[in-house]
Amino acid sequence: MRQLIVRRLLQAIPMLFVVSVVCFGMIKLAPGDPVLSFVTPNMHAEDIERIRHNLGLDQPAYVQYLLWLKECLSGNLGYSLVNHQPVLDQIVDRLPATVGLMGISIALAVLLAIPLGMIAGANRNRWIDKLINLIAYIGISVPLFWLAILFIYLFAIKLHWLPSMGMRTIGKESALDVVKHGILPCAVLTIGFLASYVRYIRSGTIGQFKEEYVQIQYAFGSKKSTVLFRHVMKHVLLPIITLLGMSMGDLVTGALVTETVFSWPGIGSLGMTAVRGMDYPVIMGITLFSAVLLILGNLAADILYGVADPRIKSGEVSS
Amino acid sequence: MNRTRWQNLRSELLANKFGIVAIVILAVFTLSAIFAFLSPIDPNQLDVTAKLQSPNAKHWFGTDDYGRDYFTRALYGGRVSLLVGFASMIIATGIGVVIGVVSGYFGGRLDNLLMRILEVFLSIPSFLVLLLLSVFLHPSVGNIIVIIALLMWMNIARIVRAETMSLKTREYVLYAKASGQSAFGIVSKHILPNLVPVIIVGATNNIASAIMMESSLSFLGFGVQPPNATWGSMLNNAQGYVAYAPHLALFPGLLILLTVLSFNILGDILRVGFEPKLGRR
Repeated sequence: MRQLIVRRLLQAIPMLFVVSVVCFGMIKLAPGDPVLSFVTPNMHAEDIERIRHNLGLDQPAYVQYLLWLKECLSGNLGYSLVNHQPVLDQIVDRLPATVGLMGISIALAVLLAIPLGMIAGANRNRWIDKLINLIAYIGISVPLFWLAILFIYLFAIKLHWLPSMGMRTIGKESALDVVKHGILPCAVLTIGFLASYVRYIRSGTIGQFKEEYVQIQYAFGSKKSTVLFRHVMKHVLLPIITLLGMSMGDLVTGALVTETVFSWPGIGSLGMTAVRGMDYPVIMGITLFSAVLLILGNLAADILYGVADPRIKSGEVSS
Repeated sequence: MNRTRWQNLRSELLANKFGIVAIVILAVFTLSAIFAFLSPIDPNQLDVTAKLQSPNAKHWFGTDDYGRDYFTRALYGGRVSLLVGFASMIIATGIGVVIGVVSGYFGGRLDNLLMRILEVFLSIPSFLVLLLLSVFLHPSVGNIIVIIALLMWMNIARIVRAETMSLKTREYVLYAKASGQSAFGIVSKHILPNLVPVIIVGATNNIASAIMMESSLSFLGFGVQPPNATWGSMLNNAQGYVAYAPHLALFPGLLILLTVLSFNILGDILRVGFEPKLGRR
């Protein structure tokens, strides 16, 4: 077990390094001079050079990278070129909004997907399976931003049930207000996650029903529901760990479009603003942050999977 | 690739009502995108006296905020959306197949290196990169196609690699090797033809995700720029009018949904058709 953790950690470190180089290089190669955002019309050329020097932008690229990496490792992701706030602070500020929204959406999606996927898989090719499957197909194919617009039209504009923008009504400081603002974006994201989870669980269930132990249970006279919930469920729930690990990467950027449509003040909309303003320390910070989450999420999933399924530990089954 | 496989595929397609509907939808959309120029109305013809009309007999999808015929704009928009989908699929599939075959066939260090590169691509948050690149480069249709393709080849590469690894241990490949055929000859004669099913399935799914990526990008305003429209950028514009002209938001989104849905359904049917072992869905 320890060997598995060490091996996976050792694989993750060079990955993180390469990802940081790629992020840095991409932004370095991009046209557009960040110094220009500080320039006012009556500045002299030497003033501009001084700003460039102060920002460290006159150094060769690899020096800039090493400086940036050193700072990153000590917890400083740099400062925004637009509002001069520390990048890490901005990310941390916005994190609760995104994690709250995504966390609840993913949790709801998993809770709904387990029964739906298992029912569909257990009743393969019956009408209930076809119905669930069709809905799941639509769920993975629907553009979430379009769904968001439709929800805004229906629930905010036509019915006036829910607010469509932001996270709080100005002047109101209640938790209920935040919940009200969160319902629509949460519904959109849940539908997005739910569809792919249902398909995953459904095909897992179908696979399990082909296993011998199911036949044996039937032979002993077990009912289908007993087999499904007492035996199949265990095996189907295990891969969900992997699914959740993979969702970690989506945690930040996955909500980007949805957050933008609903003006939800999370990391996604922070990223959008940064891209619009060419604020590259912020962009780099967010990219790195979500890459780290993705890599760590996969790592955690692998390890948890190893704990849950002893066969992987000993290397009998490759993950 | 042999005859029975194609027959299998055909019977699978014909047996599935959704599959037939998907093919019809895609055929209609593709044809109307290709022949969009036959429409008597100019998609950029302004008519401010007729702006924001609801769907009617003259303007099937109504008119937009400049009084342009929304149906014709949707036709031309579909042209760009589908073009981006097909073209990025072809590039991504090309890259994926080459890397997958090389990696799977030669194995060893080269395989290790390629797979590490692939993992790096997988761990970069692709949509953020897509946004960035389209800001930095000019968001022309060509650039968007290439960027989307560069973010999408990994899945096909993985599937092709796995399939190649299993194919290269088959006896006929071992015989070919023993009889002194070159690696290129073996790959092109014995391996590639057998990869066709997985490539087709992967490519079909790729079109769906390419169209989705392009429309998200254009929806955020970073994709194809005006006066050219795609379904995504039409939705971006529609957002501002959703209170008084909801039809502007309804149609482009519905078109994206139907297209992506059809490709996804088709991809799954192809998978089952090519692998009868999986059995009917």
